[in-house]
Amino acid sequence: MIRLGVVALVLTLLLVVTISARGAVVSFGGMFIVDDYAIFFKILVLGASALSLLIAQEYLEIRGIARFEYVVLVMLATTGMMLMISANDFIALYVGLEMQSLALYVVASFHRDDVRSVEAGLKYFVLGALASGMLLYGASLIYGYAGTTSFSAIGDVVGALQGATPPVGLIIGLVFVIAGLAFKVSAVPFHMWTPDVYEGAPTPVTAFFSLAPKVAAIALLLRVVIEPFGDMLAQWRQIIVFLSIASMLLGAFAAIGQTNIKRLMAYSSIGHVGYALIGLAVGGEEGIRSVLIYMAIYLIMNLGVFTCILCMRRREEMVEEIADLAGASRSNPMMALALAIFMFSMAGIPPLAGFFSKLYIFVAAVQAEMYTLAVIGVLSSVVGAFYYLRIVKVMYFDPATEPLDRNYGPELRLVMLATAVIILFFFLYPEPILSGAGVAAASLLSGS
Amino acid sequence: MGNLPFLSLVTFLPLLGAAFILVIRGAPDIVARNARNVALLTSGATFLLSLGIWFNFDPSTADFQFEERALWMPAFNIAYHMGVDGISMPFVLLSTLLIPICILASWTSITIRVKEYMIAFLLMETMLVGTFCALDIILFYLFFEGVLIPMFLIIGVWGGPRRVYSAFKFFLYTLAGSVLMLLALLTLYLHAGTTDIPSLLVYDLPTGLQQWLWLACFAAFAVKLPMWPVHTWLPDAHVEAPTAGSVILAGVLLKFGGYGFLRFSLPMFPEASITFAPLVFALSIIAVVYPSLVALAQEDMKKLIAYSSVAHMAFVTVGAFSMTVPGVEGAIFQMLSHGVVSAALFLVVGVVYDRTHSRDIASYGGLVHRMPVYALVFMLFMLGSVGLPGTSGFVGEFLVLLGAFQHDAWVATFTATGVILGAAYMLYLYRRVILGALVKDSLKRMKDLSPRELLVFAPLIVVVLWMGVYPDPLLGVMHVSVQNIVERLDVARAALDASALAVR
Repeated sequence: MIRLGVVALVLTLLLVVTISARGAVVSFGGMFIVDDYAIFFKILVLGASALSLLIAQEYLEIRGIARFEYVVLVMLATTGMMLMISANDFIALYVGLEMQSLALYVVASFHRDDVRSVEAGLKYFVLGALASGMLLYGASLIYGYAGTTSFSAIGDVVGALQGATPPVGLIIGLVFVIAGLAFKVSAVPFHMWTPDVYEGAPTPVTAFFSLAPKVAAIALLLRVVIEPFGDMLAQWRQIIVFLSIASMLLGAFAAIGQTNIKRLMAYSSIGHVGYALIGLAVGGEEGIRSVLIYMAIYLIMNLGVFTCILCMRRREEMVEEIADLAGASRSNPMMALALAIFMFSMAGIPPLAGFFSKLYIFVAAVQAEMYTLAVIGVLSSVVGAFYYLRIVKVMYFDPATEPLDRNYGPELRLVMLATAVIILFFFLYPEPILSGAGVAAASLLSGS
Repeated sequence: MGNLPFLSLVTFLPLLGAAFILVIRGAPDIVARNARNVALLTSGATFLLSLGIWFNFDPSTADFQFEERALWMPAFNIAYHMGVDGISMPFVLLSTLLIPICILASWTSITIRVKEYMIAFLLMETMLVGTFCALDIILFYLFFEGVLIPMFLIIGVWGGPRRVYSAFKFFLYTLAGSVLMLLALLTLYLHAGTTDIPSLLVYDLPTGLQQWLWLACFAAFAVKLPMWPVHTWLPDAHVEAPTAGSVILAGVLLKFGGYGFLRFSLPMFPEASITFAPLVFALSIIAVVYPSLVALAQEDMKKLIAYSSVAHMAFVTVGAFSMTVPGVEGAIFQMLSHGVVSAALFLVVGVVYDRTHSRDIASYGGLVHRMPVYALVFMLFMLGSVGLPGTSGFVGEFLVLLGAFQHDAWVATFTATGVILGAAYMLYLYRRVILGALVKDSLKRMKDLSPRELLVFAPLIVVVLWMGVYPDPLLGVMHVSVQNIVERLDVARAALDASALAVR
């Protein structure tokens, strides 16, 4: 069943790749847009969905929840994400977002006999509904003041202001929309659901959450603030700067005390969103390009980390405490090496890919002379390095307790190897991701 | 010969060895033996190859030599650009010399995870050589920071009882300094529009910006060097690291700081360097006196040598910021000399540590009666550290003091106290460990140096004496490059004086 899902997603991916290089196409009465930007993100999302399905199989079998609904729900959510990425209108945005979210609420509580999983689903649903409400309220205010829901038409309205202060209602509407989207990308202060949902949901679901929906939501956030509101940069930049700084700091400091690796990854993902938002706060082609590169590399790193987490089992039971990794460098040398590579990469240590993703972000920030943001960014990355290193320490320095199993299947091995190799050797040939992100960023800006 | 990509070969040959070790399979003892052999062979070959750089080097020009250039990230105008001049070339040789010695020194003392250990050292060699060869700031940073990964693992996996604390302290301290430098380098890049070091060396930045960038780079280099008061990671890291780890740490890693001052701070931010020179002098003078006094009180041999490193590296900063030809040459010479001597001293401590597993000075005494050869070797390096004429230490310290006198007599006077204090703590150490009566039972069956250990020390002895007796070839190599920096600083000083006059 899962195989079928993977094949379907890969076929979609091939279709998406083949329609590239045709320029921007708008359809459904201007609601749906396909440009290089959308294609870039669709490739990321489809790849992430396919691979997170691939690595889910074994876990679902071990926990006895390998039901066909899982694949259906993931694919429904992916469809929603495709719609989000291509949304060119607030109505399309909302439809895509809800289609994704409803599937995700269910999939979070997919392990219905597990209290934590059900709690995660419920929590996600309640808070997600609140966020959707805020977003909808913001969108209605924007409609009220701009007279349209279409992104390009709103862009014209905002452009016609020619630098004059926009109406207060429009600003308030934009604030609500950004708040709703910040919830979806789990930026501080709208991050509260993330640690609980990440910890409670079944691990493959957590992996999926941290990959595809996050990337799709970032894509949406970027499009909303750049396309219709590109000329209101002065108004939204301060919000993004605040979200960015708060996320980086909370992601760095709150992760220090965590003992559960999934919870740790939740805070880590909050921190990473903070870095990505630096690029958005910078704006312009440089800034957007750096966000796209950042998200692409983040996706690969996170996929690798969660593959390693899915390999953590002892006596046929899944374990997820950081302490369970003790001595993994002996019992599971390849998995430990891969996880160590991902951890050093997440900490931003060269020559691994994570360093370059941060490098491009900081290049953009320095270029825009946003030194405060850059300095807070690099310093919080030092704090972040502490907890990433802690995992390396547990695996390599601590004496072994009971060894972990080594009988994980070929899919996990393959994904782990592939992601580790990409992260390790990214520096040899960074050009594909760099130029892809460059083209995508240019197409987003030309559309506004 | 001229067309060989020497620098890339020297930089990446160790990686090849590491990859080779990675695929070794079999019984644990066979893997360990093969890993040792491959590591020694690769690093030895790398050293021989690096001699090619020495012999083909043209000391009559300040330009970069053996240049290699390739497109890397065209979208960002970042290139793979390697090259050496008279300042960086000796450090390349220092790195390639010390790695085989380290591997030989850990031949029997490392028994667990030998394979990973050897991989870590070869990986480190790539990073060390790369740092000194890189002529692109991003490439430089890549190697400069990349060193942290193998070093973190070496301290953390093969270190002493407090290894975890030390490894973290080392990593986070250096990272915190380096990330600020990264921002400075990025600012530099966006201001000048290039990441190419040779172009940046002649680029004139506005004075105000120079000061910020200088401070950010200072954070990185001062931690690496290390300067007082950010030196506290060093004693911890040295004490807990395995012997070979301390050797590389003291021998090469600390030189990153001094090299950074000479490659970045002085030529790229000359006016800021002149402005901040008094700050550097003040910190250096404290760093000469205070760690020397601390060293006197140490009970742990490795800690004592670690504090002596802080004091010796302060000579480097004094020499470099004296901004005179003898001062800067002395700084480089002092770094090279310290690289060999302190590395050798850690090996000397390692020899007895391997036998007794104690670093306490109090647990030794009278070793000369059982280990005469060892006592001789120890004495030679101890005197090298003190700066006795005829050893490499003397030339470095003398040139630094000469340069400092040309700049400011007071700075030189205070710095010179370090020579006296250095003699005090090193001789005191030697007396307590080697001389006196042999009363402790545990020491009565100690064996003298084995042939392998002699082989470890032999090249270092030769280098220390050669540098002490006939330093001319080495000074000749760096002379033109140093002159180039000093001239640039003189121009900047003249401009500063002129603008000060204009204000008046």
